[in-house]
Amino acid sequence: MSYEEKGTWVALVVAVAVYLGYLAVVLGRLAGTPVSDVHYVSTLLLTIGISIVVSIVARIAVEIARPSESHSGDVRDREIHRLGERIGQQLLVASALAALGLALFEADHFWIANLLYLGFVASSVVGSVVKLVAYRRGL
Amino acid sequence: MVKPTRVTNSIRALRFATGEMTQAQLAERIGVTRQTIIAIEQGRYSPSLEMAFQIAHVFGVPLDDVFQYPNPGGVQP
Repeated sequence: MSYEEKGTWVALVVAVAVYLGYLAVVLGRLAGTPVSDVHYVSTLLLTIGISIVVSIVARIAVEIARPSESHSGDVRDREIHRLGERIGQQLLVASALAALGLALFEADHFWIANLLYLGFVASSVVGSVVKLVAYRRGL
Repeated sequence: MVKPTRVTNSIRALRFATGEMTQAQLAERIGVTRQTIIAIEQGRYSPSLEMAFQIAHVFGVPLDDVFQYPNPGGVQP
């Protein structure tokens, strides 16, 4: 497995795991509490910070456990990266448009912020899956 | 979504005919990763025209000896 493919696996696993952790915390607070009173801002920011740190640590740990032959991508890696980003970004745009709609209808900030965050996570997850399919099945 | 290429190739045979060149050696000669050579050999990646020429140059053979493409009409050039 190439250095770039390992990085894609790490990005996928971290994005899913950290987001599920965030959901578990915030959904627990939602029970019996009005949305406008739910504390989520610091949790969301902390989750983003954790995601960055865990990604870096996991990337290093994977390289220590299974060292790659080279640490730079080639033309195929770049083509696969572009394909994944292009498809993943469509979800980001869709979530931004949905968030715009919520803002226009004056929805609570909770929903707007969380929809945007979901868009970033979904973009990352789908982009990673597309890249992994391209690595495994072909481009 | 993603379709493997219809381009076939003889890289594996050419490697063995060229002093049993390894995938890593070929990869180093054309500046790609070994995984990319594996993907090309297995038909999971269609290289650019420039990379195809580079591979042919490594083996010292014409492009047609390395890569083949099915002719749907059956008409010979």
